Amino acid sequence: MGRYVLRRLLQMVPVFLGTTFLIYVMVWAVPGDPFEGKCGERDCPESYVSAMRERFNLDDPLLVQYAKYLGNLLRGDFGLTSSGLQVSDRIAATFPVTLKLALVALVVEAVIGITAGVVSGLRNRGFLDSLVLVSTLFLISIPVFVTGYVVQLVFGLQLGLISPTVTSPTIGNLVVPGFVLASLSMAYVARLSRASISENRRADYVRTALAKGLPPRRVVGVHLLRNSLIPVITFLGTDLGAFLGGAIVTEGIFNVPGVGGLVFRSILTKDGAMVTGVVTVLVLVYLLMTLLVDLLYAVLDPRIRYD
Amino acid sequence: MSRARLVPAALAVAVVAAGCGAAQETPSGSNTDAGITIFNTEPENPLVPGNTTEVGGSRVLDAMFTGLVEYRAEDAQPVNAMAESIETTDSKVFTVKIKPGWTFHDGTPVTAKSFVDAWNWTAYGPNATQGASFFSQIEGFDEVHPDDPDGADGPQQAPTPAVKEMSGLKVDNDNQFTITLSEPFSVFPVTIGYEVFAPLPEAFFKDQKAFEAAPIGNGPFKFASRAVGTDIKLTRYDDYKGDDKPKFKDLTLKVYQSRESAYADLVANNLDFMEELPPNALAGKKYETDLGDRVVQRETLNMQTIAFPFYLPPYDNVELRRAISMAINREEITQRIFEGTRKPADGWVHPLMKGYKPGQCGDYCTFNEAKAKEAFAKSGYTGEIILLSNTDGGHQEWAEAVANSIKNTLGVEARFVPSTSFGEFRQKVNAHEMTGMYRAGWIADYPSIENWLTPLYRTGASSNDGLYSNPAFDAKLAEANRAPSEEKAIELYLEAERIMAPDVPTIPLWTQYTIAGKSDRLKVANLDPFRTLDLESVEVA
Repeated sequence: MGRYVLRRLLQMVPVFLGTTFLIYVMVWAVPGDPFEGKCGERDCPESYVSAMRERFNLDDPLLVQYAKYLGNLLRGDFGLTSSGLQVSDRIAATFPVTLKLALVALVVEAVIGITAGVVSGLRNRGFLDSLVLVSTLFLISIPVFVTGYVVQLVFGLQLGLISPTVTSPTIGNLVVPGFVLASLSMAYVARLSRASISENRRADYVRTALAKGLPPRRVVGVHLLRNSLIPVITFLGTDLGAFLGGAIVTEGIFNVPGVGGLVFRSILTKDGAMVTGVVTVLVLVYLLMTLLVDLLYAVLDPRIRYD
Repeated sequence: MSRARLVPAALAVAVVAAGCGAAQETPSGSNTDAGITIFNTEPENPLVPGNTTEVGGSRVLDAMFTGLVEYRAEDAQPVNAMAESIETTDSKVFTVKIKPGWTFHDGTPVTAKSFVDAWNWTAYGPNATQGASFFSQIEGFDEVHPDDPDGADGPQQAPTPAVKEMSGLKVDNDNQFTITLSEPFSVFPVTIGYEVFAPLPEAFFKDQKAFEAAPIGNGPFKFASRAVGTDIKLTRYDDYKGDDKPKFKDLTLKVYQSRESAYADLVANNLDFMEELPPNALAGKKYETDLGDRVVQRETLNMQTIAFPFYLPPYDNVELRRAISMAINREEITQRIFEGTRKPADGWVHPLMKGYKPGQCGDYCTFNEAKAKEAFAKSGYTGEIILLSNTDGGHQEWAEAVANSIKNTLGVEARFVPSTSFGEFRQKVNAHEMTGMYRAGWIADYPSIENWLTPLYRTGASSNDGLYSNPAFDAKLAEANRAPSEEKAIELYLEAERIMAPDVPTIPLWTQYTIAGKSDRLKVANLDPFRTLDLESVEVA
């Protein structure tokens, strides 16, 4: 196990280098001057542009620029944005907010999705099964921004039950955006667990457990569920990574001051240092999440060994 | 002010008003201790007046600083704020007297030196400020801000200036300084209401980093706290000496991730003011049903034009430019596309300017099918006409309508070619790489007729991107700049506009009404002509 983890961590190095290089190139080497249009309809003074070019090493060849950036990064220095703010401070301020949102969404997704999946998987072709199938189809076919705006409009503006935007990012306030963010994946989780449950329901070990006279609650809860959850866990794990990076739409609609909004605004204002910094962190999170998911496999199914 | 907090609100106001000795009228029934929250975007630059040219930072600094002159919210006219008087005899040397007794928020006095030091710092090349070019008229600017020999992108660095101070600025005593310009410029006093001309306290020069984290101004509001990415909180500066004292206490500038989310908050009365409603609210006049009498509307200082690349044939053909201009049905487009929130333009100067004269563009800006066709025939051009614009600011719809209008009137192939981002578009404009005529807009830096002509149409001017040139027009501008009085100058600028009109250097399209919204907590909230909330007018119920 220890060797496996070590090997995986070492594998992360080339992946990390490759992705950060691509991000860096995409942000800084795209055609177009990053300081154009920064001073409104009039041009920025030359002294301003050359000072900024110097700060971001834009006059060096691309590889040298990247090497310098990487060097700073390894020392934990994410650099400064054009507004003179520490990129690392901004990441430290926004990441916990998005993490909270992602965890709320993950809990919503896991609890509702798995429950719906188990219920419908156990009652093949019953009313509940059809209900789950139809409602998940409905959810899958609506994009998140539609769900978000409809929820905001109906519950926030027309019925006045919730605040239309998040005033402070506490767990309680994040429930509604969490629901919206989770809605799509919730449907996938329900379908995934349904398929897996109805398949394993007829497996030998379930029949054996039932024949031994174990109560059905235990058969389903321990024997059936544990095996059926393996694909679901994979999905949930990678989804947490996706939530962290892909909450742009939800955060925008509900005004959550998280990572998604930070990346989006930085792209709009061409704040390259911020974009590369945040996305680099997101790459790391993704890599760690996949590692965690792989390790969870062994916990769920002892037959899976990593040696 | 801890004592004031203990007494009832109305009494507190009386104490403050009496303390300042001003005969200020107490707004009846207003809550003068209230706090309001207004929309903002995250400032893109460090919070220093000389380095802030975008709106997110300007909204913060505007409330925190008071310059020599400020622009009146009703008609955009400059009035003395910190200046006691600004005098000149030759439009070249200006003597500025400032009002004594003003202090910065840290208690240090605002003196002539505060202005001179701030201006010198902003203009000094190595400080790399965004606002440096605003000081280019002052004598000695070239010495503190030398040009980069091979342009900003080149490997060579601009030489380090030998001096740090402009020779045109002299402190006479604590309350007086003299400005000498390199050329006579009669409207100079009008230009200095822009925020890059704000004074800076000693504390800024001692520790710039600390200042950026907690700016110290001399305006009606002082800095309270900032949560980057969330909000900036300001609070009333009770020792403020200016006339524009706010009628409420706390001002929170809240950063929104999107305009749409801010609009939802505005509708739900969670947000008190938003200056420009998002497109989804403007579509089909949805804001009227959402906001009702909470809509705030006024004509603001921006104009939409179509510019010509004079370096690219056939756009250097004057008859073609006239034909295109006369082929655009401004009336119909403003009604159909903008539902009346734009007003057709009849000249190059904005109607809100002092001295504005209607109809300066004459026939050339009036839709006239016969005349347009006639001019088009004279031009001898038969090829395609291309209109370029970025589409990230909601420009696609009208640009297509304009192209269609030209196409239908002249019977020529006219096409709109979109460009995705404002930055990319500006870059091509600056590099003189336009492949057709293109969208141009102008928002006044300062409210003077001069600002609508010189920077845009004088030969070699900073924003004359199309490379238009007319020696007679340039000469008239120079004459106006030398004029001894503002009235005389206005007259000469209008003459210059008439000289330029037959050339149709750009096509004036329309000026704009800005539509804003307020919460029902605000009794009064007005927009000023620069598209921002006039904080002085705000009264909380």
